[in-house]
Amino acid sequence: MSKQQNSIMEWIDKRFPLTTTWKAHLSEYYAPKNFNFWYYFGSLALLVLVNQLLTGIFLTMNYKPDASLAFSSVEYIMRDVDFGWLIRYMHSTGASMFFVVVYLHMFRGMMYGSYRKPRELLWLIGMAIFFVLMSLAFTGYILPWGQMSYWGAQVIVSMFGAIPFIGETLSNWILGDFMLSDAALNRFFAYHVVTLPVLIVVLVFVHIIALHEVGSNNPDGIEIKANKDPRTGIPVDGIPFHPYYTVKDIFGVVGFLIVFCGIIFFAPEMGGYFLEDNNFIPANTLQTPDHIAPVWYFTPYYSMLRAVTVNFLWIDAKLWGVILMAAAVVIFCFLPWLDRSPVKSIRYKGPYFKIALTLFVISFFVLGWLGTKAPTPLYTLLAQIFTVIYFAFFLLMPWYSKIDKTKPEPKNVTK
Amino acid sequence: MRMMKILLLIALLVPFVAHSAGSDVKLDKAPIDTTDQESLQRGAQSFVEYCLTCHGANFMRYNRHRDIGMGEEDIRTQLIYTGQKTGDLMETAMRKKEAEKWFGVVPPDLSVIARARGADWLYTYLRTFYRDTSTYSGWNNLIFDKVAMPHVLHQLQGQQILNPETKNLVMVTPGTMTKEEYDRFIADLVNYMVYLGEPHALYRKELGITVILFLFGLLGLTYLLKKEYWKDVH
Repeated sequence: MSKQQNSIMEWIDKRFPLTTTWKAHLSEYYAPKNFNFWYYFGSLALLVLVNQLLTGIFLTMNYKPDASLAFSSVEYIMRDVDFGWLIRYMHSTGASMFFVVVYLHMFRGMMYGSYRKPRELLWLIGMAIFFVLMSLAFTGYILPWGQMSYWGAQVIVSMFGAIPFIGETLSNWILGDFMLSDAALNRFFAYHVVTLPVLIVVLVFVHIIALHEVGSNNPDGIEIKANKDPRTGIPVDGIPFHPYYTVKDIFGVVGFLIVFCGIIFFAPEMGGYFLEDNNFIPANTLQTPDHIAPVWYFTPYYSMLRAVTVNFLWIDAKLWGVILMAAAVVIFCFLPWLDRSPVKSIRYKGPYFKIALTLFVISFFVLGWLGTKAPTPLYTLLAQIFTVIYFAFFLLMPWYSKIDKTKPEPKNVTK
Repeated sequence: MRMMKILLLIALLVPFVAHSAGSDVKLDKAPIDTTDQESLQRGAQSFVEYCLTCHGANFMRYNRHRDIGMGEEDIRTQLIYTGQKTGDLMETAMRKKEAEKWFGVVPPDLSVIARARGADWLYTYLRTFYRDTSTYSGWNNLIFDKVAMPHVLHQLQGQQILNPETKNLVMVTPGTMTKEEYDRFIADLVNYMVYLGEPHALYRKELGITVILFLFGLLGLTYLLKKEYWKDVH
């Protein structure tokens, strides 16, 4: 650094902790040196968030949150706005890829026990981000005001209506009307472009602060801070985040962009999974589509909603479905306390955990697939079976994680 | 771990093979090619002649047809019969009130119909109208039961009836076109409607190739950069 630059930095540092922040979070933040493929998804989630924020701003400039104009304003963006089609596909593909990346990021945490002490709060903040992300996806999907926007939202809002006593009042309050209409479109637009983005940005910031306080976990699930070089006080297995992981993540970003752009440019509808066919039909309040399916990232939960078919304990089937669906998401929050294994990482856990996690992943995919299909007796039965497996993964964890045969953890991280 | 990656890859590929069809009747594959500008131009002309009378394409501007090789003059003389300007939207002349009185429903806008229904559906639909005296219009359709739309192209295709036993369509009064001619005519029309659904689609794919090639180059460079930095990590 030249003398001049030095004096500028000095001037700033006396007024703002720039150098200290840079060091604490980048050049002297020590991350384990053994991050593998699964560790790209945190930085990729951040990339997709930035993509959503930037493309979202440009969409907002041309979109009209009005039930009679919304659908045509989206087509106006697709046709008459310069590169509007690109911006919109970046945003719509970004929404789905956000979930891909976040699901993989969560799965990474489950494999390597990243939710375990001392990272419980980090995990909970992450879950809060996940809830906000789901709300963002829901409010955003309504905006094009196509048939699926309308009827999908109708299904979700009707879930609030299933709550006893206050249900109907609550759903009217949410909608600002007795049915899904212009009033709801306007307020969902406000949530989607102001409230929720602010919330998610703040939560992501808090998530990173919490991460840097406790330090990153790694595929071996051991604490690198427990083994510091006595002279320097730096973890033996740690390397500075910058430049090592910044250059590695840039490589990951480019790899991700190849997939991302592949979808944007060659399959933006992703076979009807990212952009549903029916959503190219303007919302018609009088015509329910034959088959309502949410976008793929909600289908595992949608399957569980439909899986309950009998009334039980004074509560009717529909409300049980809603309870089950909410529980399926919230239950992730309890992972830090459900896992009683003496080791964190799947590398040192025993066969019970490996089988349980594999079954969980399979049930997640099967439920997701079932959620895109119209229900038949066989499909409903399958949904019920896999819902049980899904919950068993969590509810039996205190037991199987405790009696599982674990391997001893190494002192240093391995390759 | 390797198994997880394979599972992941399979999950990513599912959307390409598992596209849902919906109807029970098997759809015919539409023989279309959106790079064929002559087919698109023929389709555009049929579209304004036959469809635009009742249906709008309210999101499409006439002058966008420059994309498919038509000049300003071609557009004015071959596509515009209503005295509109070339920068105008392709709106229908039919009034909504009247349409509702005549058909019971307002004919849907066709701008993005190909994206909602798919090319194969449209190709099959436009070829499977049959005479049915029980309906309001006197027509019915094999893949859209009790559709409000009459068979406006019956003079070209001829009139078919449904054999109730075999569920096959039988031609009873031939039209001005042979079966091959009519299929070609519908293929051009559907080809055009696919183009109409997303006029930028061709350019999107062209640009995509450049973008992906660039990214692969960048991937190589960033890999070398990463390798260089990580030399001293053991």
